[in-house]
Formats: sequence, C-alpha cells, structure tokens
Amino acid sequence: MNLTRESGAAVVIIGAGVTGLSAAWWLARDGVDVLVLDKGVIGYEASSRNGGGATHYQSPLFHEEQRLWPLMDELLGYPTEHRPERIVIAMNEAQMARYKRMQGILAGLGYRADLLDPQQVRDAVPLAGDRHIGGVHIRTGGQANPQRTVQAYAWAAQDHGARIMQHTPALGIEMAHGRAVGVRTRNGVIGCDQLIVAAGPQSGTLLRGIGIDLPVAPARAEMIVTEALPLMPCGGVDGNGLYGRQTLRGNLAYGGGWHEWMDELPLHGALPRPSTPVLQHIALRIAQMLPKAAHARMIRSWAGIVENTPDGRPVLDRPANPGNVTIATMSSVGFGLSPATGHALRDLVVDGRCSFADIDKLSLRRFDGLDPDWRRIQGWVTPATHQASVPA
Amino acid sequence: MDGVTRQAYPVDPKSAVGKLPRPAQFVDVLVVGAGPAGIAAALAAAGEGRSVMLVDEHPVSAAMAGLDVPYLFGGRATPALGNQARMIEQIAGAMPGLDDAFEAGIEVALNTSIWGMWVAGPGLQVLPCAVAGLATEDRSWLCGFGRAVIATGARDLVLSFAGSDQPGVLGAQALHALLTRYDAFAGRVVSILGSGRLALETALRALDKGLTVAALIEVCDAPQGPAELVAEVAARGVAIRCGAVPLMAETNVDGVVALRIIPVAGGTVERIACDTVCLALGLVPQIELLDTLGAPITLDRDRGGYVPVCDATGQTPIDAIRVAGDCAGVAEPGGLDYRMTWMRALLDTGGNDALACTCEEVTRGDVFALHQPRYLGPESEAMAARDLAGLLADGPPDHDQMKRLTRVSMGPCQGRRCREQVAMLLAIGARDDIGIVNRAGFRAPVRPLSLAALAAPDDEAGRDGWDVWFGIVAQWVPYDEIGTPREADYIAGDMHL
Repeated sequence: MNLTRESGAAVVIIGAGVTGLSAAWWLARDGVDVLVLDKGVIGYEASSRNGGGATHYQSPLFHEEQRLWPLMDELLGYPTEHRPERIVIAMNEAQMARYKRMQGILAGLGYRADLLDPQQVRDAVPLAGDRHIGGVHIRTGGQANPQRTVQAYAWAAQDHGARIMQHTPALGIEMAHGRAVGVRTRNGVIGCDQLIVAAGPQSGTLLRGIGIDLPVAPARAEMIVTEALPLMPCGGVDGNGLYGRQTLRGNLAYGGGWHEWMDELPLHGALPRPSTPVLQHIALRIAQMLPKAAHARMIRSWAGIVENTPDGRPVLDRPANPGNVTIATMSSVGFGLSPATGHALRDLVVDGRCSFADIDKLSLRRFDGLDPDWRRIQGWVTPATHQASVPA
Repeated sequence: MDGVTRQAYPVDPKSAVGKLPRPAQFVDVLVVGAGPAGIAAALAAAGEGRSVMLVDEHPVSAAMAGLDVPYLFGGRATPALGNQARMIEQIAGAMPGLDDAFEAGIEVALNTSIWGMWVAGPGLQVLPCAVAGLATEDRSWLCGFGRAVIATGARDLVLSFAGSDQPGVLGAQALHALLTRYDAFAGRVVSILGSGRLALETALRALDKGLTVAALIEVCDAPQGPAELVAEVAARGVAIRCGAVPLMAETNVDGVVALRIIPVAGGTVERIACDTVCLALGLVPQIELLDTLGAPITLDRDRGGYVPVCDATGQTPIDAIRVAGDCAGVAEPGGLDYRMTWMRALLDTGGNDALACTCEEVTRGDVFALHQPRYLGPESEAMAARDLAGLLADGPPDHDQMKRLTRVSMGPCQGRRCREQVAMLLAIGARDDIGIVNRAGFRAPVRPLSLAALAAPDDEAGRDGWDVWFGIVAQWVPYDEIGTPREADYIAGDMHL
C-alpha cells in the first residue's frame, strides 16, 4: 500500500497507554513509520494510575523486564524515576509463607531474594514499626514513576519520528480484502499497513467490530497518595495486602483491595472512575504496615480502569487472520512489563515472532470455545447485575 | 414475576460487592456548610419533618489552617486557634442562625469536615446508599443520606508575587473568618489587593474591627467596585493606588513587614508598611465534593470560574444533590477577565521567579519551561529541550498533565493555593482562552487528613476478600509452569502476590 504521512502510517497503534507507547518507541527507533491514536491525553488511564512496580516473575517477559529497566532512562533520554529492588513486609505467618514461596520462584529463575528479620526490615524501611514479623528483600525488580514514564515513552518515540494524535478516539477498524486497512476517526480514516490494538478495556469492542473475540472485562481499582515523607533507603515496599511505593519525591502511593467490575466502556468520552470509601481500608493497612507514617496526610486518591482476560494473563498475539492486526492486552499488569512488552510487539509486527522469549501461551487461541457467558460464570459482573439476578 | 427463576450467578469474592455495608449513621438530609445558605436549607428540611444533620468544618484545626485549608490563612491566625474547645464555643456563638438550627432539633456537627461524597452511578454501583465521609482531625466515619445540600461556600483566589508564600499574605475569606467568626486575627495593618466589591467590603470590615488599612492596590486605572463603597472607603481615609501591583512582600522572621508596589506602566517602587497583605481579587466556589460526586461542572466567567451545573433552585443533575449559596457561584461580572489582567500584570512586573506552587516550590518559570522537579537533579539534554510550548503542540493544556510533569499543584494544600493561577499560566502559555485548559479534578479525601484519622476501624470483618490485586490466581502462575502438571499446585496453593 502507498501510504503517505498525510493518509496514515505503516503501523498505526490504537491506544497511547504504556503498552502502545512502548511499542511505538521500539518501532520508531527501528525506523518504522508509526502513528499512535488516543481518545484523550497520553497515558491518562490505568497506565498512569498504578503502583509502578517492575517485578513480574510470572511473565515470560520477566528477564527482559529486568534487563531493560536499569537502562530505560538512558535509552529513552527522559527520566522514569526507576529505582532497583523491592522489599515485601509480612505482617503475619501466612503472608511470610507466601513471600518465602515467591523467594523460591525467583531463585528458580536465577534472581536473588533474601529473607529479612524485623530489624533488617526497619533498617531499610524506617517507617515500618514493630508489628511485622520480617520480610523478603528482592534484589531485582524495582519501581518507576508511571506518570513520568508514559510521557518519557511518548517523547522518546517522537524523537525517533513517531507521531502521536491525542484526543482522536478510534471509532472502528476499516477492513478491505481481508486485511485491516485503517482506523476510523472523527476526522476520517487513518490508513495503515499494520495495526496494533492496545486500547485497554476498549480493545474488546474495537476487535469485535472485525470479528475477533478478545474476552476482556473492565474493572475499577483505586490507590491513595500521602504527603511527602523523608526518603527511605528502599522505596519499593509492598506487603499487608498492599502494592505501591514511596515515590522519589517522598509520597507514599499505595493500592490494594476491592475492585468493581464494570460494563463495557464507551470508545470516547470521559470514563467514570471515582475513588471510593475503600480508601479508608487502604489507609488502615498502610498505617499497620508503616506505623511511623500514620500521621502522614492523605492528599489524593485515584481510580483506574483496567481490563482482565478470563485467566488474568496477557494476550500478545498477531493472529493469522487477518494477519496484520496485533493484539496487546496485559490483563491489568502492564506498567512494569512495558519496556519488554514494547519489544515483543515490535518483534511481532516486524518479524512475526518474539525474538527473546516464548510467548505462545499468551495467544488468543487459548480462548477458543470460551463460554460467551464467561463473565457471569466467573462472577465478573457489575454489582447491579448481581442485584438483578437475585431470584424474585 | 413470570415464573422463571433466574440463575443467581457467583459473586467474585475479591470484588467490592458486599464490602461496603450501609453506614450505621443515616440522615434524611445532609447539609454541608453552616453559612446562611446551609442553615436555611437545614431549617427548611427540618420543617418538613426530615432528620437533618448540618456539618461545618469550622473551626478548623491549627494544623489545617497552617496548610491554608480551606482558606489562605497565611499564618496570621493567633495561637487561640490551638484551643479547639474554646474555638468551637467561639464559632458556635458567632454563626448567625445556628441557634435556630439547634432549636429545630437539627444535629449540628462543627469542627467536622466532609472529605468525600458518593452516590451510585456509572463505575460505582456497589454503594448501598448515598454516602458521605466525615472526619474530625483524629477519626473518620461514614454517614448515609437520602439527599444532600452542598453549601460549602467559596475559597480564596491566590495569585503570587515575590514573598507571597511568607506569613502575612492571606485571603479575603480567611481574613473574614478570622475577624468575624474565630476572633483570632493576629495582624494590625493590612494592605488589600483589589478594589472590587470584595476588596472594598474587606477594607470596611477591617476598619470596623479596629484595624488599620494601609492601602488598596488596584491593577486597573480606576477602582472597580460600586461607587458608594469606593466613596465610603475614601471617606474613611484609605487610599486606592490604581495602576499598580505588588512587586514583593518585604518580610522578617515574623512574616510581612511591608509591601512594595510598582506601577504597571513602569515607574518608582513604593513601600507600604503593613504586617498583612490581603488578596481580595475574587472568590472561588468550593466544588470539591461535587467533583467526588461526579456532578457536572461548567466554567462560568461571571460567577467565579468553575461552578456546578444546576437549575435556579440549585438542583444538580444528580437527583439527591442540591447546591446552595456561594459554592453554586459567586456573582462577579467580568471576574475571569479581571483576574487575568492581574495575572498578566504580575507576570510582566514580577517575572517568572515567583512561586506558582508553594507546596512543591514550582515557579511560574518552571511551568513555562516544563522543568522536571528539582529532586531529579539536572535535566537530560532531551528533557531540557522540552517546554510547555512543545507540549501544547500535541494537544490543549491539561492541568493534570502539568501536575504529573512538574509537580505543580501536587502538595498537601491539594492545589488550593495555586490551582487558579496555574490554569491562567497554562492559558497564557497557550496564548489562548482559559476555557481551553482542562481543569484538574478533585479527589477524595478533599481535606488532607492523616492516615490514622482516615483509617477504617481495625476489625477483621471488614477485611474479607481483601487481595493485593484482583485475586486471579492463574495470573501469577510462572509462565514456564503453565500447561504443566505443576500448574494445579500453584492454583491450589493460592500462590500470588
């Protein structure tokens, strides 16, 4: 196809979230003509509303995640606030047993994690008091600032020639002769040779329009932020049912707990994502885990909407039909893995297969034959659905 | 029904369903704010036989006042603020109409803030009823309500100049509260910025309370308020210095000792001795709770900026929510243009070095240059080449995006001291109207309360189904184990983060 920069791009990416932006950066630095569309501002949804953790042992992209994060500031040219290592604090034996098992999994993958006694925890995490029983110090992984990182990807991609169109919702995918040929927007069709659909919860809607069934269910989850506190030797601190970190500025940013499943989301317009009284429970758990921070003032909260697949695992796949559409959902765990995800997507688009890891088990085929009623069967439906389904 | 028994589907045990029970406390009508509008609404509801609770955050604690929440107190409250019991008595006696509320059997909660309100809606179906989060300085609780009247009033508009972050620079709302309700104002000689109705009334009130008003300073060529108020101020010997703006507040360890003003057209700097500088350039409707409710907000140039969408009775598009009083808008014809005139003059005379955000120490220049925060050290070459103008090439100015990149408006005052100024700077940077700036939203808690105060009661019952993330066990099975016989062990062992 003869696409000009006016009529489209060789690769169009729907969704300027952290996954789409990383893919754009990886493609652009390889000289590929790439254009990213977003319904709003870059990284505005869950990509910038998360804990910033970067330690995902369960993923086939884990090794690449660990290899890349220490390099990202230099590779991108913009700060991500990446900091290495994490500590997980156990408040009870059940939590400790779980974290010890995680230590074993990490060791099996070739990464070191040390058990800490309570005093060692306090040395590294001075805000921890004496209610915990110890912890695990993961000598890999780490954390970064999601809000700064999404912008870093966007700018770095632009520096390599990528184009980003904000406030341009994708309204549908145009097909011709069995291939995706463009993305429909309010300003007309933007042509493409290849398409990456990385639109988060809305990916399901967009793909259904071209006959691809990507099962995803959106849900809202929330986090809180405190005022800044003196920096601790280790900022990447989880535990007590919380995920999060002390930011480089000093704020505590934590989430965890109850989510609310939502109905399918609109392709454009502001999304309803209130934060709720659940923040009282997050506050309680932080005060338990970090009692010396109990005086800290909570100054913000936020909620993000993420999508989950039926097994909670990503779909990174370029199905044979139509052949030029690559699907990317990280199933609610996308930020930390994003440096590696972008690499995998670049490989799928350019080479047809991932060069550095086996990701076959993340293909869409695993959901062939899925019961169309899977959300109800798993209980992943809105609270109103439950109310409506109570027998009269 | 039709005789068909529908299937009851399983509930995701890690979801919020069933986790937020109906609060123990419930009132038919919750009124937020015990100013004249709030008291009138509470009395009307009580007259209809409803159970009513009237909540007011005043007297705020000394700590909250120190953060300039909700008004720009500017460090000019007396130590009396620290005596909470005495202050509650003082405030109760100084709020006209509060006696009537007590007599009508209304439950009145002073020194109690509301840090969030929610009604069921898109993305939040899980609430058993409309809910408000209440708090004192050391504890919080939830209260259900049938309907609510939000009468939270207005807060101070803050524009900065050199030294305006120092003790002694406060807002007209703070001065009003400290003089009339708290009886706890620590200053004696006041310079007032502005000459509109707000500034003139502030001057007359200060004079009535025995203060000295050194001068009013007005950016425009002539006084802006009603002629009779201008005449009254003049008759009491107070000069209005027109065509001038503050250049800097001169300070010592106690704060302001003088204000230096400079003619907008250029010329000689004049020094006005005073211990207090009062910003009286406009008022900002307090819409925080309407934001947590998801109520539609609109820009009204003649009513103080962003106001809730409502009809003549104050009814918002949310059935259970009505607004009353100044939080619905403060009549101020031409107000936004007037504020912008001040902003441009302060920029022209004071330059980029004045702080836009006191909490995070972000200057106006940092906003225009899109500087990364200082804790990140020197900027990379690529970062140094980025600025606001470049960002605006990619889309209209967005206050939330600026917060993320520069940390402006990200501190413990929750943006109260800088929000309006930053929006104006973004409009100036974009060479466009303020209406194009995407407003930064408010989120619970809309008061900066401690974790200890906000924490839910420490009971095991409330923790059922708590999980660090979604609790999808399959999500955390190591990739290599997927599809092997060992996968079942991971699932059965509930191994996940």
